[in-house]
Amino acid sequence: MSAADLSLLKSHADDSFTRKRLVAFGIPALILAYFVYIFFAFDIAGLAKRANWDNAITLASDSWSHKVHVTRANSTGEVSYAIEGERKGTYPNGTRPDWVSGTDVITVDLGGDHIVRFLPDQRTAVDVPGYGQITAQAEGRQITTNLGDNIPDWINASDRRVSITTPEGRITITGSKTEVFNYFAGWELFWFTFDSPYHGASLGQILFGAQIDVDRGNITGAVADWWKNPMWRHNEIAWAIGETILMAFLGTFGAAMLALPLAFMAARKFTPIMVIRAATRRLFDFLRGVDALIWTVVLARAFGPGPLTGALAILLTDTGTFGKTFSEALENVDDKQIDGVRSTGAKPLQRYRFGVIPQVAPVLLSQILYFLESNTRSATIIGAITGGGIGLMLTQAIQTQKDWEEVAYYITLIVIMVMLMDWFSGWLRSKLIGRKA
Amino acid sequence: MTGTTAATPPDLSVIRASYLAQVQRRRLYGGLTLLIFVMLMIAGFNIADDRNAGGFWAGLSQIGDYPADVLSEAWAKRADLPVLLWKFVPALIETINIAAVSTLLGAVAGLIFSLLATRGLAPWPRLIPVFRRILDILRAIPEIVIALVLIFVLGGGPVPAMIAIALHTAGALGKMFSEVAENADLKPVEGLSSTGASWAQCMWLGVLPQVAPNYVSYGLLRFEINIRASAILGFVGAGGLGYELRNAMSWGPGRFDEAAAIFVLLFSTIVLFDQVSSRYRNRLTEGQMT
Repeated sequence: MSAADLSLLKSHADDSFTRKRLVAFGIPALILAYFVYIFFAFDIAGLAKRANWDNAITLASDSWSHKVHVTRANSTGEVSYAIEGERKGTYPNGTRPDWVSGTDVITVDLGGDHIVRFLPDQRTAVDVPGYGQITAQAEGRQITTNLGDNIPDWINASDRRVSITTPEGRITITGSKTEVFNYFAGWELFWFTFDSPYHGASLGQILFGAQIDVDRGNITGAVADWWKNPMWRHNEIAWAIGETILMAFLGTFGAAMLALPLAFMAARKFTPIMVIRAATRRLFDFLRGVDALIWTVVLARAFGPGPLTGALAILLTDTGTFGKTFSEALENVDDKQIDGVRSTGAKPLQRYRFGVIPQVAPVLLSQILYFLESNTRSATIIGAITGGGIGLMLTQAIQTQKDWEEVAYYITLIVIMVMLMDWFSGWLRSKLIGRKA
Repeated sequence: MTGTTAATPPDLSVIRASYLAQVQRRRLYGGLTLLIFVMLMIAGFNIADDRNAGGFWAGLSQIGDYPADVLSEAWAKRADLPVLLWKFVPALIETINIAAVSTLLGAVAGLIFSLLATRGLAPWPRLIPVFRRILDILRAIPEIVIALVLIFVLGGGPVPAMIAIALHTAGALGKMFSEVAENADLKPVEGLSSTGASWAQCMWLGVLPQVAPNYVSYGLLRFEINIRASAILGFVGAGGLGYELRNAMSWGPGRFDEAAAIFVLLFSTIVLFDQVSSRYRNRLTEGQMT
């Protein structure tokens, strides 16, 4: 090798190094530039202004805790006690939480020496340690307080409405009513509501104790009351989850059954006629391209909201996807097996059944089972649009913007549902086609 | 036992009978499985049909009505269509941007998680199950859950959708990346670490060049999926084309031309990116084989 060759080689190597270096720095630089563009296009800087941190705090605290409302209606002077302020969570007549005492003057002990007293004549007194006593008098729609001008930022007072937020609870006073919110950890009445005889009974009492309800055995009665709990609606949620899984199941397997014969029509090996092949392939592209969103919107007009619409939307989109992958798998089948089956005098349908299907079944099945899991997630989303299943319940719970503990419950159940479907489809795959697919 | 069978030639009819019995049993099991499956499908269809607001058979005849309405109105106003298409291009760009950013962010996070969760590559082998579970959970949460919660906190717009899709992408890609990385050759890593390279350098220079084609291919596939996801999330309030579609839809007749324009844009975008990415992915995987 002469010196000239060597220098040529070196310059080539140098060139290629420069090119590599350009790519190595160019691609990250491009991505960075794109992120800068996005930063401005999405107005990330303005995000802090648009974000509502109060919402975030409500969400974070409400999802694992609950509050008990103590409400005095000023028109009647009546005091009611309700968990989350819901009718279904109202304490039965004559009972009240043990942190409330007194008859003429109702004393609410929020804990930590925070004490609220409902005084006669629509007066309210609030003792806050380190600040002193706040008194408020409601007259008609007018509120007069002893707060003066120097109001701390945890009190929000006008002449129509006073709200006091302490670490132990919240108090709002308006002309019509005085409300005290006392916060507790945990999901309230998750097992039994107040009207169930099993409310307050321990697990031991239910399992081994004396019969609580005369008409029913303890375990059956308790399970039935829990199942029909009107606040948490466990039975309806179970139905909704069933609907979501049903959408995924019907959609996935329906699509697979439709796609299989169509895939034969799209595979060069089985359909010599170009026009049919091309037409089937364009059909697959169309079904996939329209996408589940548009299918849902269009189908909801014809079939109305519900799980069937969602199932059909998944079915149509996935027919396109399955058709494409199935026909690719069919292109790659080995002719030898088909010839072998043909040599025994098999008719075309028998050749497909015994010569082709056994070859492609593992690929097809693993594809279908993978989609079963992924469609469970899609069905949750589609349910939110078309109105069915757990997706709808979740959207509704989020839109009411108050039952965050229910939202947390739904999210937990959705995650468990998807993980179970993932596990189930993996298990089925290993049962049907062995560990390594 | 082998001795006896070798000494007395086996009775063919016995073998045949037991073979036929076996075949019959298999057919019976296969038939039963099929029967259960068919019954499940029929029962499932009936339940879904019952719980749907409109019935399947009644709806089947109306299936063309809505597309026909939309198409006829769009056709009547076909002169305005180019203007409308142009009007929704910003929304389309936003939808694509959401998908692109979330794919990039998710791919980076998935890359890091996958290396942390792969046996042989992980810097802390004891924590592999922890990272795997994190990936499982990220994958299991549907995008809509995170998106809706974030819309409540951050307000509408592209950012909640971006975060929601990025988190799911991190989980999905992390799992696929880790499966690829498991098959990576460890010799370059050993060579690099013998020169005193740090873990990050070993991964960057020893593992990534091996797995890059597969990673890019999976990333492109995810990008296709994410365009669809970003359109759907728009429908629940996260901006982009889906949001415009919901507005046009809730307006009903009179704005069907807008709905048609959005359908056209969405459809052609999805098809375009599907074709481009599938062509590029084929090239990547073919290049790997040779």
